[in-house]
Amino acid sequence: MNIEWYVVLSSLLFAVGAMGILIRRSPVVILLCLELMLNAGNLALVAFSRMVGNQQGQVFAIVVMVVAACEVVVGLGLIVAIFRRKLPLDVDELRELRG
Amino acid sequence: MEAVLFFIAAIGALGGAIGVVALRNPFYSVLALIVHLFSLAVLFLLLSSAFVAAAQVVVYAGAVMVLYVFVVAYVGGGEESAWEPIPGQQFIAPLLGVAIFVELAIAVLSSALLALGTDGPAVKAGFGDPAAIGHLLLEKFLVPFEASSILLLLAAVGAIVLAARREPSRGVGRGSSEHSSEAPAERSEDPRPTPSHAGGVPS
Repeated sequence: MNIEWYVVLSSLLFAVGAMGILIRRSPVVILLCLELMLNAGNLALVAFSRMVGNQQGQVFAIVVMVVAACEVVVGLGLIVAIFRRKLPLDVDELRELRG
Repeated sequence: MEAVLFFIAAIGALGGAIGVVALRNPFYSVLALIVHLFSLAVLFLLLSSAFVAAAQVVVYAGAVMVLYVFVVAYVGGGEESAWEPIPGQQFIAPLLGVAIFVELAIAVLSSALLALGTDGPAVKAGFGDPAAIGHLLLEKFLVPFEASSILLLLAAVGAIVLAARREPSRGVGRGSSEHSSEAPAERSEDPRPTPSHAGGVPS
């Protein structure tokens, strides 16, 4: 398969993830869509690493996975804290930080 | 054979991604994301990166998704309210998503990377297997490896601090827990009277 196919698929997945972040309002689903975008980036990294024939892009993809895991842990901790305070789980209603 | 596998995995990945966005119940969104992640692992295997595929299945589909399932089961998958602060958001957002894809497609298809249209160079048998990645991680990329481990540690500590249950019945933690549970309520009530008061003074 051409590398081009993988990169186009990756950009399609990224666009779907970005669309989901714009459409959905539940913080859990927004985190899921963030995962989609990070995974699309990972697919592009691995595809380019195969294109060059160099394994360093795969190391970069693994570091991206670590960052995604950290982001999930902190994000889900925030969601649990919001739920404990009996605040609404909706990003449009949680806008006290908006200027 | 490779093309057939690619298209099956690509359809799975794309269908999983659309399922995450389109399904109303967050629990089904998590399940769709698991389908997406497994399809991506197949794509990684096709790109001859076995270790990344294994890490994808073990770390993402195994650990992270279990965390998501726990949190969705804890907070409950409620329906989203129909209230929209931005009118027409449901129609503008897909247009913006399509615009991002068109932009990325133009960037990819018009790029000067000549090797993009090839299958990539022929690689040795050990390309992307755990031994090669481990050598790279522990020899060439030791500092990023350690930095990411510190990041993981900080995230774990932060999650414990964020989500820790503060017991109101303990003697020592009493004052601080009462403060922390009452402060947001005060903050949410305070700003509303203040602007009208402040706006009333100059006039």
